[in-house]
Amino acid sequence: MADPEISETAYACDIPAGRPWSRVLKKGQTLRIIDCEGQQAVDALLYSADDPAERYSAQDTLRVQGSAYVELGTQLISNKGRVMARITADTSGSHDTSAGCCSCESNAVRFGEATKYQHACRENFILELSNHGLTKRDIVSNLNFFMSVPIEPSGNFTVVDGISAPGSYIDIAAEMDVLFVISNCPQVNNPCNGFNPTPIRVEIRDAPLF
Amino acid sequence: MMNRTKVEAAEANRRRYEELRATGQQLTPKGLPEPTALDGAPISPDDIISHELVPAGWYATLRLRRGEALRIVDDSGRSSVSLIAWREEDCSERINCADTVKVQWSAAISKGRVILSDMGRVMLSLIEDSSGAHDLLVGGSTPASTLATFGSVTRNTQQNFLAAAAKVGLDIRDIPPCVTLFAPVSTDEVGRLVWNGSRKRPGDFVDLRAEMNLIAVASNCAHPLDPARPAASGSVTLIKHRARPAAADDLCRTASPEAVRAFAFTDRLYA
Repeated sequence: MADPEISETAYACDIPAGRPWSRVLKKGQTLRIIDCEGQQAVDALLYSADDPAERYSAQDTLRVQGSAYVELGTQLISNKGRVMARITADTSGSHDTSAGCCSCESNAVRFGEATKYQHACRENFILELSNHGLTKRDIVSNLNFFMSVPIEPSGNFTVVDGISAPGSYIDIAAEMDVLFVISNCPQVNNPCNGFNPTPIRVEIRDAPLF
Repeated sequence: MMNRTKVEAAEANRRRYEELRATGQQLTPKGLPEPTALDGAPISPDDIISHELVPAGWYATLRLRRGEALRIVDDSGRSSVSLIAWREEDCSERINCADTVKVQWSAAISKGRVILSDMGRVMLSLIEDSSGAHDLLVGGSTPASTLATFGSVTRNTQQNFLAAAAKVGLDIRDIPPCVTLFAPVSTDEVGRLVWNGSRKRPGDFVDLRAEMNLIAVASNCAHPLDPARPAASGSVTLIKHRARPAAADDLCRTASPEAVRAFAFTDRLYA
């Protein structure tokens, strides 16, 4: 007899280090993102499948929540003030949504011009979004699952070593049909991936897991 | 498992990161100037290009040429001004709050800091700032935030941005996360968002120097975390004026190694 948890999996995909992925989650489906080897940042964008002009908004999410990090129970809010999805399970604690995604251009500013020609999340996002008729213009604020960015009372803002152990996971339950876009972050210049990007796995289930 | 070469590369990258962090968080803030005094930066009448009073709840769209500056004054000490900007020649380039805080290692911006675009360039420099209390994390008011607060939708920043965008041929897809000036938001030890109302004063102002030709939108709506709303209303003054160019020893240009690079990349647009 099959493992009941596995048998509920409607879809699964291993995403290699540094690669993008996207898929439409139907309302009621739950996406599990598994940080297979630990300390791997996963950048994510959400769009309404019916109207991609409605998309995830980090600022709206933080305003509604009243605090700065994404965690169990966080509602992911759109730029039209609607709940797109919510976090229904989380084994690692706290996730960033204020630091944005890495890009060739910001890498060059942060780490020197030699890093401009390194693969980056925005390259992944641009290419993946092109499959859905979307462009750089549609890349706004994103989520950074498994990425730890403490914001101190002074304002100090630092990407620090990830706290996710191998096998850590987060469940995101869709509250509307959403196009979910991932960049498995290729950054090697800061600790978000332990300076060593690794694979992740995504699984979709038809009902939320409790 | 990483092989030996990869381990060495990772260790070298970690060393560089820690050096950059030390410079960014230990040296740079100490090198930043004190806030401008309320009467500390008078504008010569000869340098004033235009002058506008924006009533509470309203917005203004301004085209700034590289080297021009915008003074925004919180006349009453009760307003907050949410700001977005697009590069005039290619509006897909716009302000990027995430890169602004990440690159400068700080969610707090003040005199000497810059607001970056998503293309690794400087859009605006804070050449004068009497306040130093601005928000890049929470954003402006929205239909949902005013409905939750007042029981009905009132004039709000998101709809102001929509109207302003439409008048330059853009739409909701083009509205990035915004900076809100005179909005003293910080985080406590566990990440809760805190409003520090005592940091607001009548007459507080910022001078934002455009480092590229841009279209800016300023929305004068109470910040959603401001507990004084709806009393948090008053007009704000916008003064467009000619600024000194960003010379080699310019405060904002030289504030950090990251700023030096961002200015160099910006200069290439005009080389």
